[in-house]
Amino acid sequence: MAGSTRSATNRAAAAATRFSAKLRGVSDASIAWIFIAPTILLLLAINIFPLLWTIYLSFTNFRANQPGRPVRWIGTRNYERLLGSEDIWGYLQATAHFVIWTMILQIALGFGLALLINRNFRGASFWTTIILIPMMLSPAVVGTFWTYIYQPQTGIFSYIIDFFAGTGALDMIGSVTLAPWSIIIVDTWMWTPYIMLLCLAGLRSIPDYLYEAAEIDRANALQKFWYITLPRVLPFLMLAVLFRGIENFKMFDLVVELTSGGPGSTTELASINLKREAFEKWRTGYSSAFAIILFVTIFGLGNIYVKVLNKVKS
Amino acid sequence: MKSGILKPGQATPLGKFLAGSAVALYALVAMIPLVWILATGFKSPPDSISYPPKVFFEPTLEGYVNLFTTRSRQTAEYIESLGPPKSWYEELVRRRNMVISGPSRFADRYWNSIVIGFGSTFLAVFLGTLAAYGFSRFKVPLKDDLLFFILSTRMMPPVAVAIPIFLMFRQLGLSDTAAGMILLYTAVNLSLSVWLLKGFVDEIPREYEEAAVVDGYSRLQAFWKVVLPQMRAGIAATAIFCLIFAWNEYAFALLLTSGTAQTAPPFIPIIIGEGGLDWPAVAAGTTLFLMPVVVFTVLLRNQLLRGITFGAVRK
Repeated sequence: MAGSTRSATNRAAAAATRFSAKLRGVSDASIAWIFIAPTILLLLAINIFPLLWTIYLSFTNFRANQPGRPVRWIGTRNYERLLGSEDIWGYLQATAHFVIWTMILQIALGFGLALLINRNFRGASFWTTIILIPMMLSPAVVGTFWTYIYQPQTGIFSYIIDFFAGTGALDMIGSVTLAPWSIIIVDTWMWTPYIMLLCLAGLRSIPDYLYEAAEIDRANALQKFWYITLPRVLPFLMLAVLFRGIENFKMFDLVVELTSGGPGSTTELASINLKREAFEKWRTGYSSAFAIILFVTIFGLGNIYVKVLNKVKS
Repeated sequence: MKSGILKPGQATPLGKFLAGSAVALYALVAMIPLVWILATGFKSPPDSISYPPKVFFEPTLEGYVNLFTTRSRQTAEYIESLGPPKSWYEELVRRRNMVISGPSRFADRYWNSIVIGFGSTFLAVFLGTLAAYGFSRFKVPLKDDLLFFILSTRMMPPVAVAIPIFLMFRQLGLSDTAAGMILLYTAVNLSLSVWLLKGFVDEIPREYEEAAVVDGYSRLQAFWKVVLPQMRAGIAATAIFCLIFAWNEYAFALLLTSGTAQTAPPFIPIIIGEGGLDWPAVAAGTTLFLMPVVVFTVLLRNQLLRGITFGAVRK
């Protein structure tokens, strides 16, 4: 928009005038629809249509790598097989472990950092900006370079931990016990700033007079935190946790590059299993059913998210 | 940074100093992985896998040369027979008994990322601006439901939607094309762009447009001449967020592109090369890929909160 030459602006403005002259008498309602329709149509084509297709496929035995094979309607058999399968519960458990621990660690670190930053020391804004950098990076690329940092013999992570704690070489990615933590650590490194930023917004929304009033009532620091700070920050924290919870529930890119689900299937989160079923084993119908189950879960969480969002807004 | 929000009892100089030190310590520790990758890009392959990890090393551009070239191993006699190297990078490569056999695909993948990133950002912001204005200024039936629908499209796991999109693109001949990826990223980014931009339009007082309409402007003229110029900063911020998303996206790129339209994120992990030891090249690619995002993050720092909450939280 900015920096266009004067003549271009004039021409564009003239074009807009002609366009609007043609549309004179056109009601506001039609303008609204002309403006909104392209967005809705594109989303229908690229989101809703595929979703409906997935629903249809989830009731068939279709395989995308054999397009010539006749597609048979098999009713709810895919769903029955899914819900009866022990493996699926394993993947969902791995996902839950990942989501719960990343949230706990990130809330603790993020809220803590926000409380500290809110003390407005010199250079707070500089350090905040530095802290924010990891969350804007590409998760897949982050996963790639952390595999280097996690190298058991030569990597810097193992070296530093060994230096301070004398643990010996740590095979973060290759060990069955450590691999689930390896992905939690990287996710926490990456996304703590997100929780921090929202908690900071919550803290800054608290008017000073509340603390002043508490001071007059001789409330101690703990009481002030419990009765003023926490309730005011909570909606922001909820928003952050829901959003990150949803994102981590469907976590894919970071973990694929970091552990690709291994060793064995210890870090095989739901989305990673879905990719294996759909694009490696080509069980399209079966994986469509799994996709629908995941989507319904996320959609439910998303509904809560929007409710919290509206509460924060008001 | 807003001043005057010091809570009573928290403002002691010592308290501030301790808080500042703790935050700075966290920031410095959090930066170690990024600084380490930046440094690894300038190491030689043996230095990159030495034990203990080398903090001090002789910097070399070998990683960057390896990133942009493909090489083949040759016998010393053969290399001897080629005559003296014609350039500094040929010399670097020959020290490892290799000769350059051609350019690597990294530059192509990077270029794809740029084309697809900017293309989809332009479309998402263009459509998003119109829709945001429509939602902000007009009575639209089922407005809240439509806005929720737009937001909910962001919640689908990419891998779940990728199955039918894969089939759809195959039917339409869009598999592995930049056009297909631009269209897809536009659709994914629309949720962010509509929600963010609606926030920005909401902040512009309606009185400006009403005054313009009283002066004889049509609704569209008022939009073009009054609202759009005021949205510039918001549009710029939204565009950067969309660009960063498209730039970083991996799942769709991995599943829907393979050759011609592949972007950098699925490519960087496979740079590792012969023997899985060429970490400097991976680090060099990572550095070149992450650098623009770091710059944009610093530029955007005051809008970040808004961007990551879809415009819900502003200050």
